[in-house]
Amino acid sequence: MTDKKQDFIDQKLQDLNNDGIDRRGFLKCMAWAGTGLVWTMSGGIPVSRAFAKTMDRHVLKGDFSFVQISDSHMGFNKPANPDVVATLQAAVNKINGLTQPPEFLLHTGDISHLSKQEQFDNVDQILKSASAKDVFFVPGEHDVLDDNGKSYLERYGKAAQGAGWYSFDKQGVHFIGLVNVMNLKAGGLGSLGGEQLEWMEKDVKHLKHSTPIVVFAHIPLWSVYPDWGWGTQDSGQALAYLKKFGSVTVLNGHIHQTMQKVEGNVTFHTAMSTAFPQPQPGKADSPGPMKVPAEQLRSVLGITDVNFVQGQHSLAVVDSNLG
Amino acid sequence: MTRKNVWVAALATPIVLAMLLLFAGSTGAAANDQPSAANADIKIDNFSFGPETLTVPVGTTVTWTNRDDIPHTVVSTDGVFKSKVRDTDEKFSYTFAKAGTYPYYCSVHPKMTGKVVVQ
Repeated sequence: MTDKKQDFIDQKLQDLNNDGIDRRGFLKCMAWAGTGLVWTMSGGIPVSRAFAKTMDRHVLKGDFSFVQISDSHMGFNKPANPDVVATLQAAVNKINGLTQPPEFLLHTGDISHLSKQEQFDNVDQILKSASAKDVFFVPGEHDVLDDNGKSYLERYGKAAQGAGWYSFDKQGVHFIGLVNVMNLKAGGLGSLGGEQLEWMEKDVKHLKHSTPIVVFAHIPLWSVYPDWGWGTQDSGQALAYLKKFGSVTVLNGHIHQTMQKVEGNVTFHTAMSTAFPQPQPGKADSPGPMKVPAEQLRSVLGITDVNFVQGQHSLAVVDSNLG
Repeated sequence: MTRKNVWVAALATPIVLAMLLLFAGSTGAAANDQPSAANADIKIDNFSFGPETLTVPVGTTVTWTNRDDIPHTVVSTDGVFKSKVRDTDEKFSYTFAKAGTYPYYCSVHPKMTGKVVVQ
């Protein structure tokens, strides 16, 4: 991270700290690369660090932790990564090496590349080797091709509502899994739809304002880059239902790179893919898979360790590669 | 017959055949000023349809080919046609039997839009 960027972030954090809203922790890193993120609930505030070799030196003690993985694209075999099995397995190995084992995993979609049964089977098989046995999924657009999400729902959505949305509670934290990849309209962005929004409004209505909220969905719920469809057209309505909560963390995938934004009480974050990188917004002709030399792939999928620093309302960031 | 005339004849034969096919399949719409091929291609490259707007005579079969590393679909906005997901180098064809404007998009990446104008 450049000094200029760091200064900008420090200033932003300073501004946020001075606005009278209580925030006990932020993620400070604005962009990094990683194949998975560990989220630790510490005093009700989720803080993240990416997998890193140096994890032992930066142990983050929280009440519990979970790991987000995303965009495994099982079945993808193009030059950007001819072996997505190996990189997903590498992510699982990282999970299993964590000092504080996560209680569960979140997969934020594009599990498969082409919605094929054998692709879902393959991911399920690899994830079975993870130390955390519970995996919570939301679909990406690649998981609901051709059959309107039927096979996805049969496999992952038995306890879900509608197109696959649901919520659950873990140790006082309310998790909401949303689906924004169905019924996409020509020229439009990701979409939640009226039925899901109505469900969500009811879902959070009776929760205490102090309840920490974690929302996860495939396509970003903030406007990352609409020209490439990197946003959700009706996410504003969903976020309006969450205004009353002191701590809201939104976790997304889809863009195969990490980005972060803090807006009021909401921290938005996107995770890296375990399969292949995509270009930064507008830095290529299209958002297609970014090809890097094979020996560099894991360094592009590299990781960053993000740690809470006692006494500071922010997180320290340590970059490191997978390779 | 000169060499030049042979060339013209060789070119003219498929065109005449195509014209005959077109007239046989049409409802009498004149295709005189339009491209006369009964087939036309649209390439999917870099998350876009090319050409974005394609004008063809009635009866033309349009074939979309996905040249991206990512799967796409070809879906009529008005529900007229809908491809299955098309992975790299896979094709989808549709024959336009009626005049009109046919907007379409990729249902996986809805920012990708195009239209076929059939005259």
